[in-house]
Amino acid sequence: MDSNQDLKRTPLFESHVALGAKMVPFAGWEMPVQYAGVIAEHRAVRSSVGLFDVSHMGEILIEGEGAFELLDLLTCNDLRKLQVGRAQYSAFTTPSGGIVDDIIIYKYSDTKYFICVNASNSDRDYAWIQEHNQRQVEVKNLSSEYAQIAVQGPKAIELLTLLPGLASVAELRPFSFCDLSSDWGTVTIARTGYTGEDGAEIFVTPKQASDLWRALLEIGSQLGVQPIGLGARDTLRLEACLPLHGHELSEQITAIESGLSWIVKPQKGDFLGRTILEQQQKQGAPRNLIGLFLDQPGIARQDDKVLTTEDKEIGYITSGTRTPTVDKALGLALLDSSVSTVGTPLHVNVRGKSIAAHIVDRPFYRRAKSV
Amino acid sequence: MSLPNNYKYTKDHEWVLLEGDTATVGITEFAQSELGELVFVDLPSVGKSFKQGETFCVVESTKAASDVYAPISGAIQSANQSLASQPTLINSSPYTEGWIAKLTGISADEVNKLMSALEYEELLASKK
Repeated sequence: MDSNQDLKRTPLFESHVALGAKMVPFAGWEMPVQYAGVIAEHRAVRSSVGLFDVSHMGEILIEGEGAFELLDLLTCNDLRKLQVGRAQYSAFTTPSGGIVDDIIIYKYSDTKYFICVNASNSDRDYAWIQEHNQRQVEVKNLSSEYAQIAVQGPKAIELLTLLPGLASVAELRPFSFCDLSSDWGTVTIARTGYTGEDGAEIFVTPKQASDLWRALLEIGSQLGVQPIGLGARDTLRLEACLPLHGHELSEQITAIESGLSWIVKPQKGDFLGRTILEQQQKQGAPRNLIGLFLDQPGIARQDDKVLTTEDKEIGYITSGTRTPTVDKALGLALLDSSVSTVGTPLHVNVRGKSIAAHIVDRPFYRRAKSV
Repeated sequence: MSLPNNYKYTKDHEWVLLEGDTATVGITEFAQSELGELVFVDLPSVGKSFKQGETFCVVESTKAASDVYAPISGAIQSANQSLASQPTLINSSPYTEGWIAKLTGISADEVNKLMSALEYEELLASKK
């Protein structure tokens, strides 16, 4: 097919095809959307462990004198609080408070930061950093030098401890990372993820990626490991109410409106968007993100209109589907901030039909904490 | 893949089984595998009439909603209510338990003009 010719392939492409994955175009990449099926894959991650090829994600390194200042200016979270060996969820914000991208920053030292960014934004992020890089700090787009595998689920850490050289991942706290020498070269492993479960994400060289993937599948078979496609990745993250760029996050939605107030730290000093974000944090934003359940048969989808019970339009759905663990038609919606109380009845216009819904607490799913 | 020989097919991957003056309709094995597991089926109301090619049902996976077109004109005599609680019947058994609706007021002529199993098989082969 002609349309697929420009798509990039990850080093695991052949493995996906061999595993019977259905491949689809996503953010310029040819990616597995499902293997066994979205529902079974979703359940495998909630009950045991799943493997995700997230090699399409971008990686950017900022290194040298001025690295802290540059990154601090571009991101809304408090970079001063980030310690060496720890990871921080943050976002590149615009002067008007919108989001260029949501990111994870890994700190190697006061002058070395490794950043994981969304696949579809990596070129834009790199250009954005360089636009603001007045002191000529070294910025490298390393996206083609890394593959990335996420191992997620209640048995994720147990699986990783069975792999030669990776056992010390068990000692990492959430949002910590380290570089380890393993049978697959030096890998960077972080106790992070995008599913609402415990787990880790592994940055590995493209050359070693398929060997590591194969080892995880083989050794993990005793734990019921499954490869997981983008379909289940989306239902998992939605149940956990983790925002997705292009849905909950964009340059037209401020970080406060997106529900990311918890990573907006105006007290740290100046950064792009600080003025408006500080004001919205104190006084409220025009819109806010809410979770909802549908009370009648149907499924709300992105851009479906949300109305009051008096049929006044108050916003739209940013993400919606029916998810396997919660087992309800649910969604996130960006609404006029006058409507935010849990329990409030609403209508969603689904393909011309008005469907009753109500606001619920977020997240939709929270894992039971292990003792 | 074995297609039921006594069914008729459309280029949009619906099937029709004519029995007397009613026709049962559904989507094909190929259609269900393209859609992935279904999580909701918006069934047509009994008594409602559709012209050939009109959207008469919507099937939804976790990813997307897809229209199902009426393979022939007719009125809904009954809809498969089992799909309300078990939409994946369409995935597991597209030609039997996963039927969508039964139509009356149909034209046998319209049914006969649809593709035979052999013709539909050729269409699928040409997609590969």
